[in-house]
Amino acid sequence: MKRPLATAIVNGLLVALALLSIAPLLWMLSVSFMQAGEATHFPPPLLPSAPTLHNYHELFARAGMGRYLFNSFLVSTCVTLLALLFNTMAGYAFAKLRFAGREKTFRLLLAALVIPAQVAMMPLFLLLKQMGLVNTYMGAIVPGMATIFGIFLVRQYARSIPDELLEAARIDGAGEMRIFFQIVLPALRPILVTLAIFSFLAAWNDFMWPLIVLSDQDLQTLPVALASLSREHVQDNELMMAGSVVTIVPVLALFLVLQRHYIQGLLLGSVKG
Amino acid sequence: MKRSLAGWTFAAPALLVIAVFFFLPVVAALALSVTDFDIYALADIHNLRFVALDNYLGLLRNPLFWKTLGNTLYFVVVGVPLSIAVSLGAALLLHSKLGRFKGFFRTAFFAPVVTTVVAVAVIWRYLFHTRYGLVNWGLSWVGIDPIDWLGDPHWAMPTIIVFAVWKNFGYNMIIFLAGLQSIPEDLYEAARIDGAGPWRQFRHVTLPMLGPVLLLVGILTMSGYFQLFAEPYVMTQGGPLESTKSVLYLMYEEGFKWWNLGNASAVAFLLFVLMAAVTSAMMWFARRKGAE
Repeated sequence: MKRPLATAIVNGLLVALALLSIAPLLWMLSVSFMQAGEATHFPPPLLPSAPTLHNYHELFARAGMGRYLFNSFLVSTCVTLLALLFNTMAGYAFAKLRFAGREKTFRLLLAALVIPAQVAMMPLFLLLKQMGLVNTYMGAIVPGMATIFGIFLVRQYARSIPDELLEAARIDGAGEMRIFFQIVLPALRPILVTLAIFSFLAAWNDFMWPLIVLSDQDLQTLPVALASLSREHVQDNELMMAGSVVTIVPVLALFLVLQRHYIQGLLLGSVKG
Repeated sequence: MKRSLAGWTFAAPALLVIAVFFFLPVVAALALSVTDFDIYALADIHNLRFVALDNYLGLLRNPLFWKTLGNTLYFVVVGVPLSIAVSLGAALLLHSKLGRFKGFFRTAFFAPVVTTVVAVAVIWRYLFHTRYGLVNWGLSWVGIDPIDWLGDPHWAMPTIIVFAVWKNFGYNMIIFLAGLQSIPEDLYEAARIDGAGPWRQFRHVTLPMLGPVLLLVGILTMSGYFQLFAEPYVMTQGGPLESTKSVLYLMYEEGFKWWNLGNASAVAFLLFVLMAAVTSAMMWFARRKGAE
């Protein structure tokens, strides 16, 4: 008697919330295929009357979208590869290798998590200016090369590697490098995927730092370029929606494919060490 | 001895990066905040002068700083509880045994989290457009006159808060869902035997069991929301009448528009101190609640 009503309410709310979550994204997609000016009608059309790729063509041919897409891919890929290497090595060291000052250093890193990154931005800018890295890809990549969160994530996972496995390899005379590449890395594979998605998404979606360090238009990443485009083209809604599609689709696709790893990492990272 | 060397060698590259590009700048920021570092010092370092606490005192006398602080607190105080409530609600829905297609719904709720803030802010600016936005069109159906969402100082911040909740609730939802799944079923069983309905089960079993998770989520969300910047930068440019200009927006303009890097560092440190104070207060509060 009461059960069907409760079921209807729960499922109804689920559907409503899903619509609210997804509708803006679907509408963005729809508007991006509209003719110029079509989206400024009232009431706003839900679907394009004559779908066109004109906006995408305009973006790539005239607004330099290809260049920004390339910049974003380059910066995000470099950040991901470097962060994978550095964070994995450090995370493994903090989990499995004994060295003087290990616990102290790790506690210091964890304590530093409360400092917002923006505090460091002004001196970091001056430092990179000294090094000649302002307005270079390196300038955008450098701060993401190693992250405390990444080290923490790998450490949490690496603790589950059995010590006997490593000891056995040492007794067999394997060097630390060989152990790392032949035993540790394969054992860490799931968390490496997770770390890779986190690093890529963070680099791709990052806005404030690239905005500061990349003022040269040819080097700008998608979010920075999109923000300045949206200031120039306030009225061109169709064009801007196409720009948003180009910016969002790569990360959304990456997430959909590797969802399980992403959510696993999210949970591992938020459990207190 | 050899083992210790290996450990440091493996940890060194990451630690070096973090030391040079994070710890060193943080310490330098503290030093920078007691100087008048500006565009003249940028050209020639000899123009740099030590000004002790003048930057901090100047900020505390600056109405714009208080305005941005007020805006940021508005965003945090309204946005964080609202965000957490929606996340918890969504997690409860997904946890309910009555729901269908949960995998699909979980993905749908989570999708906004992975999107790029700038790109979705552009969408929302269009959705909330006064004349041809979908939202005002929807409201016209129920007889509400068009609202100038992003152009009216009273509505701009609430619009940004709704945007932030939409964008972020999926993240905490996942953490809550894991928390809900770890609550043993017999606790609910016992509560039902005692005659507790769904609301009292939620109040006396679910909420207390989620306590530590709530604290964690609260702290994470709070520190994220204090760092408001990209949303107003894209949607309102800090306006109208500076009603959406956040502390970080002020820092960005001071530092990288006017090149007052000394003053900008002081802004950043004041924000940091405030965030640390609120975090400690939350932990103190949670400990006291836990001790009772």
